[in-house]
Parts: sequence; structure tokens; C-alpha cells
Amino acid sequence: MDDISKNLKKIDDNTYEVPIGYRPGMRVPGRIFVSSSLREMVEPGTIDQVANVATLPGIVKYSMAMPDAHLGYGFPIGGVAAFRENDGIISPGGVGFDINCGVRLLRSDLSAESVQPRINLLLDALFQAVPSGLGATGRLHATDAQLTEAFLSGAKWAVEEGYGFEADLTHCEESGHMQGADPAQVSIKARKRGRPQLGTLGSGNHFLEIQRIEEIYDEAVAKKFGLFKGQITIMIHCGSRGAGHQICTDHLDVLSRAVKKYNIAIPDKQLACAPLGSPEADHYFGGMVCAANYAWANRHIIAHWTREVFEKYLPGSKLDLVYDVAHNVAKIEEHEVDGKKEQLYVHRKGATRAFGPSRREVPDAYRAVGQPVIIPGSMGTSSYVLCGCDRSSELTFGSACHGAGRIMSRSQAIKQFKGTDVKSALNMRGIVVKATSPGMLAEEAPQVYKPSGDVVDVVHNLGIATKVARMVPLGVSKG
Amino acid sequence: MIAFEYLEHTADIMFRAYGSTQEEMLSHAASALFKAMVDPATIAVRESWTVEIEAPDLESLAYQWLSEIVFLFETESAVFSTFIVRLTQVGAMPDETIKLHAEIGGERIDLDRHAFGTEVKAVTRHKFGIKKNDLWCIQVVLDV
Repeated sequence: MDDISKNLKKIDDNTYEVPIGYRPGMRVPGRIFVSSSLREMVEPGTIDQVANVATLPGIVKYSMAMPDAHLGYGFPIGGVAAFRENDGIISPGGVGFDINCGVRLLRSDLSAESVQPRINLLLDALFQAVPSGLGATGRLHATDAQLTEAFLSGAKWAVEEGYGFEADLTHCEESGHMQGADPAQVSIKARKRGRPQLGTLGSGNHFLEIQRIEEIYDEAVAKKFGLFKGQITIMIHCGSRGAGHQICTDHLDVLSRAVKKYNIAIPDKQLACAPLGSPEADHYFGGMVCAANYAWANRHIIAHWTREVFEKYLPGSKLDLVYDVAHNVAKIEEHEVDGKKEQLYVHRKGATRAFGPSRREVPDAYRAVGQPVIIPGSMGTSSYVLCGCDRSSELTFGSACHGAGRIMSRSQAIKQFKGTDVKSALNMRGIVVKATSPGMLAEEAPQVYKPSGDVVDVVHNLGIATKVARMVPLGVSKG
Repeated sequence: MIAFEYLEHTADIMFRAYGSTQEEMLSHAASALFKAMVDPATIAVRESWTVEIEAPDLESLAYQWLSEIVFLFETESAVFSTFIVRLTQVGAMPDETIKLHAEIGGERIDLDRHAFGTEVKAVTRHKFGIKKNDLWCIQVVLDV
């Protein structure tokens, strides 16, 4: 892959530019934030995707890729782009099918010593309590009216139904319920997929993990986030399930026709889009927000069941929400462009918001330091908590990476690894794994991802978000 | 003629499906999609499902057809192994409206018997395309 790098212009040790002209029609340059070692792992197709996004109308500053960037569809995974309200577009290619796929971190008041001996028991109970895997349906049998409420008010609805606490809401991005939901933009099909799946983890790279904090990098900020060395944390990674997938599918079909109607040239059909302010754009946004809210409700319900399991096996234990972040979403945010504040539609596809202390969106509890940025590692590798910095607003419209990022295809992984071997290798390292299918463990083997530490270091070194804590897995429940 | 082949993609699943007719190509594409999720050798045909789709062009029709299979899998809790596709042209103009009628054979999910692979979240439009050379060929990337 050496030949691709000569087309990139090195800006600094962690920033490479995809110049205008890399492909025809680019309106702005691309910016890929990687170290020199990670740059070698970026596939040519990923750079093409960064360049493709740069051709979209109304794009501001740069088409960006975070350090975990890899080949996706439409935008690359790790892609970030912002569009002006007056002449920009909105595209499901910049959000993905799993709308508001995201991560939630719970902190316990437990130390690793008290949990480790019970890890098998806890994991079995969690595996039972939180339905996961292909085709799984939930314990919760939501009615159509409840589903509408979940679309409209997300985690807030979940709290009203008795899942989680009011205090949790301020510790979610968008307080767990984004404004602008329009349930009329959710098809009957999306409802049919979404209703039985509310309260399920899903499969693929989604997981529920019991972790131990291994290292604290910043004591003062860790204290603000309520984190300490040796502490047990729980991480939940999942999204909007079939509801979100179907909402995206439905609107993609409409937007594919809209590009013809509005005469927008797109280099990739997945970048189907509509001009902001058009009915097609409004409808997609209204539907997308419904899916985002569904995902927040979903993670809220799963967190509640997790708390129940801990209460049963470790009575009196307390699991508080550190933060809940979305990493597949488009949002209206105010950012400074050429010295002027503008309303932009920021698309983050496989990228986490990383706002610093000056942003009013950061909850009061964290305003002094910046928002927690939660970066899951791959199965068996470290996850990180970072703290958003104001520099992120200048560099990346307030965005950071979202994980480690794949480097090996699933088919290659299945050829190279056996699920049972992956499981025993993890067991040898003291990590217990439960999964519905051994094939899934091979596909998600730690070796198929970039080293999460390298990815996080780029974000840290650029000053987008700084490292606060590193967690190692003790037990993983996979779909 | 091979019915379909999987191509390398870092995060998702990409395949090409072939057919001497559009119908055969669409049937093979459905098989390729479903094989990514469940080993067809573990599926018996005990029930059938009917699908009807109308679309303004072949590409939109193919996209809706494949998306419909993902939808049926989730909402019917069923796995499929046979796909018989029939197309009819509505109206006199080419590409005016195409109608698909399909009979899908399979059975309800049995977690003990069916060997599950990857969950297909959706059919993407990335690099999605249909071509006719000697054979009809459709290229698809699945979000997994």
C-alpha cells in the first residue's frame, strides 16, 4: 500500500491531507488523522471514500477520517463531515444503517477482587438477562404506542417505564433523547423489526463487557468521572437494531431518487442525499432521530437489566452511568467557520463526539473538564476513557475515533482463526467470553483490529481528547 | 457458471451473483445474502413465503428484493434456502415499472440445528450495480 501515501500530503506527524484533485469534483481537501504506523494500515479504498465525501455539496473545511478509519460504505468508517445549512446536504451514507450505534460506560463501587471470583456467574446471568445474537427478540414486549414513545423520547421514555434513573439522563449525549423525531417517517416495516428487538444487544461487534480499570492517566479528571484504578466498570456497545437498519434502508431508497430530482452528482450510490430543507432531507432526519432515540432507550434498558444482575449477585452494589455516546449519527451543531459561528449538520460515522469544556452540550457534572469520550477496544484488548478538549472543535468539529478499527475482513478472519482457539487464548489471559456462535468469535478475534492504544494515542497527541483511564476486559458477552 | 462469489472487504461482506436471466441473478443474489447468515445445508424447506415488489427500475427492484429478505428473516424468525423469482414488465416502455413475484422456501429458526454466521444488518448501495455481459451480474455490499 506504499504507493497511496505519495498522494497524501503530510501536514504533521498525525495529520495527512488528501489534496483537492485526488479525485474529480472535490470541493474541499480530505484530512486523515493517523500516525505513520497507522497510515500504512489505511486501505486505498478508505482514502477514495474520504475523497468521495469531499465532493458533496455544502461540505465545510475538510472531509475527515479519524485514526481508526477503515473501508466502509459511503463514508469511510471513522468518517466525519459537516455541511452548511443553506447549501448543504444530509446523507444516510454519513450515518450508517445502525443509527446511534454507541457506547455506554457504567462505573461500579466494586473493586476487581470482589468481582473476579464471581465473573463466570455474573457473565452467565448477564448473558441470560440481556438477549443477544442473531434473530434474538427482547424480554420486553413493547406495544405500538410504547414504540412511538421510544422513538419520540428515547431514554427519557425508558426512565418513565421504570428502566434506569432520571439522573442517568444528563449523563447521556443529547440527554438520551434527541429533538426532531418524527414517527411518521418510520415505516410499518421498521416498526415491525423494532418492536420485538427493543432491549436486545444484537450481534457482530456489539457486546456487553465487565472490565477493570488497569491504568489511570489523569487522576484529577478520573476523579471527576468517578473512576479509580482497580475499579470494575461495565461497557455496553449496541445500537438501534432492526428499527434503525430499516429506517435507513427505507430512506436510502427515497434519497436515491432525490439525487436525480435535485440533480446532485454523487460518486457512490450509498452517498445518496438530499439538500437540507428539502422534504426528503427533513423526512430522513425525522426518521433518523427516531432510530437514535430508540438506541438510547435500548442501552438504557440493557443497563437496567445489568444493574439487576449485579444487585442479585453482589447486593448493595451501585452502578452509575459515566456517560453514553453515539458514534453513528448526524446532528445540528454550532461550529466556528472562518471566524463565524454557523449551524452545521455534522455527520459522524464511526466517530465519537469529543466536546471540550467550553461547549454547553457537556453536562454540568463534567463542564469543568470536558465530556467523557468512551472508546471500546476489540474483544480482549483495552478500552479507554478520554476527556474531550476544546481543540477538537477547531480540528474535527468536536470528534474523535470510535474504536480500534478493523484491518482484516471477516472471511479472512474465519479462514485464519477458530472460534474455540480464540476463546481459549482469551481464557488463558483471564478473560471469560460467552457468545452465541463460535464463528462470531473468530470474526471478532483481537488480531483483526488495529491496536486500540495506537489509535487512542493519535487522538491524545492531537489534543482532540486526552487519555484518562484504560480498562481491560474480565468478561465479555457477545451476540 | 458459478451462482455467486464473495469478494474481499475489510468490514463488510461483498458479493457478485450471476445468472443467465435477471430472475436467475436475483435468485442467486438472495442465496448469497442468506448464506452469509446461515449455512443453507442446515435449512430444510418446510414452509414458503411469497414476496411481491414493484419498482421503477431493475436496480431499485433488486435493492428492495434483497432488503425484503433481511426484513423477512427478522420478522418471521425464519431461515430460507430456495428463492424462485419471476419478473414481469408493467407498461410498454422499458424500465417503466418492473414487478417481482417470488416464492421463498425455508423454515422457522431452530437455534439447535441452524448454523448461524454473520448478522446482515442491511443491504448497502455502496458499489451496488447490475451489469449484463455474457451473463447478468449484480454486485452487492452487505452491512454486517
